[in-house]
Amino acid sequence: MSLDAAAGSRDVSSIVRSFAWIVPAALLLLAAPFVIDPFQTLTLTYGLVAAIGALGFNLLLGYTGLLSFGHSAFFGGGAYTVAFLVKYLKIASMELFLVGSVLASAILSVLFGYVCVRYTRIFFGILTLSLSQVLWSLAFKFFWVTGGTDGLRVPTPKLLGAEPTGDKMDFLAHRYYYYVLAVFAVCALLMWVVVNSPFGKALQAIRDNETRAEFIGIRIRRYRLIAFVISGIFTGVAGALWAPLNGLASPDILVWTFSGEIVFMTVLGGFRTFVGPIVGAVAFTYLKTYAVGFTVYWQLLLGTVLVVLVLALPTGIMGAVGWLMSRWKKAS
Amino acid sequence: MDLLATRALAKSFGDNRAVDGIDFNVRQGEVLALVGANGAGKTTLVNLVSGLLRPDSGQIVFAGEDVTRQSSYERIKTGIARSFQIVNLFDQLSCADNVALSIFSREGKTTKLTSLASRDQGVWAEAHDVLRRFGFDRQMVVPAGTISHGERKLLDVAVAYALRPKLLFLDEPTSGVSTREKAPIMEIVSSIVRAGGITVVIIEHDMDIVFRYSERIVVMHQGSILADGTPDEIRRNDAVTTTLIGTLAAGEPAHGGAGHAGS
Amino acid sequence: MAVFLIHILNALLYSSVLFLIAGGLSLIYGVMRILNLAHGNLYAVGAFVTAWAVGLALEAGAPVAVLFLLLPAGALAAAACGALIERTLLRPFYKRPEEYQLLMTFGLLMILEDLIRFVWGPNPLSATTVYAALGSISIGEDRYPAYNLVIIAVGFFAALFLWAFIYRTRFGVILRATSQDKRMASALGVNVNRVYIQAFTLGCFMAGLGGAIVVPSQSAVLGMGVDALVLAFIVVVIGGLGSLEGALAGALIVGVVREAGITLFPEIELAVLYLIAAIVLLARPAGLFGRA
Repeated sequence: MSLDAAAGSRDVSSIVRSFAWIVPAALLLLAAPFVIDPFQTLTLTYGLVAAIGALGFNLLLGYTGLLSFGHSAFFGGGAYTVAFLVKYLKIASMELFLVGSVLASAILSVLFGYVCVRYTRIFFGILTLSLSQVLWSLAFKFFWVTGGTDGLRVPTPKLLGAEPTGDKMDFLAHRYYYYVLAVFAVCALLMWVVVNSPFGKALQAIRDNETRAEFIGIRIRRYRLIAFVISGIFTGVAGALWAPLNGLASPDILVWTFSGEIVFMTVLGGFRTFVGPIVGAVAFTYLKTYAVGFTVYWQLLLGTVLVVLVLALPTGIMGAVGWLMSRWKKAS
Repeated sequence: MDLLATRALAKSFGDNRAVDGIDFNVRQGEVLALVGANGAGKTTLVNLVSGLLRPDSGQIVFAGEDVTRQSSYERIKTGIARSFQIVNLFDQLSCADNVALSIFSREGKTTKLTSLASRDQGVWAEAHDVLRRFGFDRQMVVPAGTISHGERKLLDVAVAYALRPKLLFLDEPTSGVSTREKAPIMEIVSSIVRAGGITVVIIEHDMDIVFRYSERIVVMHQGSILADGTPDEIRRNDAVTTTLIGTLAAGEPAHGGAGHAGS
Repeated sequence: MAVFLIHILNALLYSSVLFLIAGGLSLIYGVMRILNLAHGNLYAVGAFVTAWAVGLALEAGAPVAVLFLLLPAGALAAAACGALIERTLLRPFYKRPEEYQLLMTFGLLMILEDLIRFVWGPNPLSATTVYAALGSISIGEDRYPAYNLVIIAVGFFAALFLWAFIYRTRFGVILRATSQDKRMASALGVNVNRVYIQAFTLGCFMAGLGGAIVVPSQSAVLGMGVDALVLAFIVVVIGGLGSLEGALAGALIVGVVREAGITLFPEIELAVLYLIAAIVLLARPAGLFGRA
C-alpha cells in the first residue's frame, strides 16, 4: 500500500484517490465521542494508543525485517517514566510526560539496540525478550522504587496546561481522547514520512537482502540501530499515553508476554502494510476487551485466533482486504 | 595504469587454497574476463577484492590506495561494485526502487528520514534512465522478485552500475540464462559499460562470450593464474586449451560446443 | 563447610531442573531450528500432571512407593502433548519463515496456559507427600531434604543418558546429521519428518520431566511455564543455542550464580544473571558452546 513513487510523477488525482479513505476515517474518529458511549470511546482510546506502539514496532518488523519480542520494555518504560515523574518530581503535565518518555525510550533503545542489532532472526528475538525481562525483574525487585506488583498510581494529567475537571470518565472519553487522537495523527504522519523516505527504502533493502544492501554502501548495523531507536521511541510514547488511561503503571506491561501481544496485534492487522498495525491494534484491543469480559479463558480464545491467523491468514486483515479488493477489481 | 592490483593475495578454506598468493591486476578502462573451471578461485578472488571475504595474507591496492583493511561498504564508496552470480536483489521493492537505492546511497542520502523519497526527482530520473538503457521500460514498478531470471540478472548489473563505480565486477552475468538470451544481455552490458568508461571484470564460463566481449583474459587454475593475455594469445596457449578443454570434457555444460575454445 | 555444601546442593538442584528445560529447548532448536515459546508450558504440564496423578493416588490410598513410580507421568504427558503439537501445528510451518513459527508457538503458549487452568483450575497443585516421604539427611549440623538429592540425581542421569543417546547410538547419529544438514540427511534416506517428531517429543519429555521432578518440592502454579521459559533463555544465551553441552554449562552457571545471588544480593539476583548473559553475548555471540 506504499505510495510507489517509481511510477514517476503520478497525477494529483490518483494520489488523492489512494488517500481518499483517510477523510471518512478521520471524520469517524473525530465524531466518535459523540456517537458511541464512553466505554466504547475509552476502548477506542486504548486502541489508538496501541496503534502508536504497533506503528513503532512495525518499523522494525515490516520494514526492517526484525522481529522483536521485547517491545514491552519501551511501552513499560514510557509508562513508568510517567509514573516516576508523577511520584518523584510531582509533575502533572502531559506534555512533560511525553518529553520525558521520549528521552527515556531513546536512552533505553540505544542501550538495548546496541546489543541486539548485532544479531538477526531468532537470536534477535531471544535477546530482545531477555533484555525486556531485565526491566521487568528490576520493576519487580526494587519495589520500594517501583511499587512492585502493586505498581504506581498515575492520576489524570494536565492537558496543555489545563487541569482535568469534572468526572474522570468524562474527561478520559472526551478531552483525553482528542489529545490521544491528535498525538496519534502526528505519530502516524511522522512514521509515514520515515518509511517513505530514502532511509525507509534503505531499511526495506536491508530487510530484503542484507548482502546487497551492504554492497550498495549501506552500513547495516547502524541503520538497524536507528530504526530500533525510532521504534522504541514510538512505543515509549504509546506507553506514556497509556499510563493515565490505565491509572496505574505495573509490571504487567513489562512482562514478555505483553511484548507478544504487540507482535500479535501487528500481525493481526498485517505487517506488510503501513496501516496494518493501526487496524490490528484497534482490532486487537476490542478483541481482548470483549474476550476478557466474555470468558475467564480469554487466553485460549486469543491464542486460537493467533494460531489460526498464522496458519490461514498470515498477511493479516489488511492482507485479506487487499486480496479481496484485487479480486473485486478483476471481476469488474 | 593499474586501477586494481593485488600482491600475493591468499585465502584458504581449511586445506583448500582457494586463492594461492596471486598477483592480479586490472588496467584502467579495460574489459577483462576472468575464467577457469569451477573451484579455480575466481569467485573467491572477486569476494576478496570486493570485501565479502578477508584475505589470509597479501595486499589489495585500488586506485593507488591500500584497501586491504577496508570493509565492503567502504570499498563501495571508494569505487568498487559488483553483481552476483546468484542474483541478489531487493525482491519486494520495485525495479526502480532497486536502482534508485544505489543512487540514493551513492549520493549519501540514505540517512535522510525527514523527506519523502519520491520527492527527489533527480534520483528517479536517473533510475529510470538507467533502467531504460538496460532494456527495462514497462517493468519499472513491479517488484524485482516477479520479473524473469534474465531480467533479474540484468537488474543485478544495473544496481551495481548505478553506483557509478570505477571498477565493476560481474560475476557470471549470464549464468542460468538460456543461450538465446545471453547475447542480448551481454550486448546491453557491454555497450553501457563501454559508454560509461567503466573498467569491468567479468567472470564467465561461456567461452563464446569471453572471446567476443573481452579485451584481456586471465585464466585461473587451482588458485593461481595460469595465463594472462589477449583473446588471441589465450586461444593459442596450449596449456590453457588442455586445461580448459580437459575440464570441459570432464562434464561442464558445453556452451555452443566443447571444441570452441580452440577454434 | 556444611553450609557451603548445602549451597552447592541447592545450586545443583536448580541447575538440574534448568538443564532439563533448557536442554529440551536447545535439542529442539538444534535439530529443527524451531524456538518453541510454549516450551515452558510443557514443563508446566509435566508439573501439573504429576501433581495431579500423585494426588489421585493419594486419595486412592496408594502407598508411597507408588507415588514415586507416578512421578514420570508428567514427563510422559508432556511428551504426548509434544507429539500431538508437532504433528498438527508445527509441521505446516517448516517451510515458512521463522517468524511465523515463533508467532505460532506464542499462540500455543496462550492456549496451553488456559488449557492448564481449564483442566486443573486456578489453584496450585502440590505433591508434598512425596517430598516429605524421603525425610531429610544430616549435613553437618543442618538437615537437608533428601528429595532434593533425587532431583540432582535425575538431572545427572538425564545428562548422562542424553549424552550417550546422542553420541553413542545410531539414532543419535541420525539426529545429529539431520540437525547439521537436513537435505543431505533426507537424500541419504533419513525420514526427516520422523526425526523431527522424535526430537520434538524428546525435547518435550525433558521439559515435562523437569516439571515432574520439581513439583514435589514446589507446587504447580499457573504462570510457572512463562517464568521458566525466560530462565531457559538465559541458559541457552549463555551456553549456546542448539548445544546440549551448552545447556549443561549454562544451567550450571545459572544455578551457581542464582544461589550466590540469593545468599549475597537478594534484590538483584536476576539482574546479575542477565548481566552475565549480556557479557557472554558481547564476548562470544554464539554462547559458550554454540554454533554461530
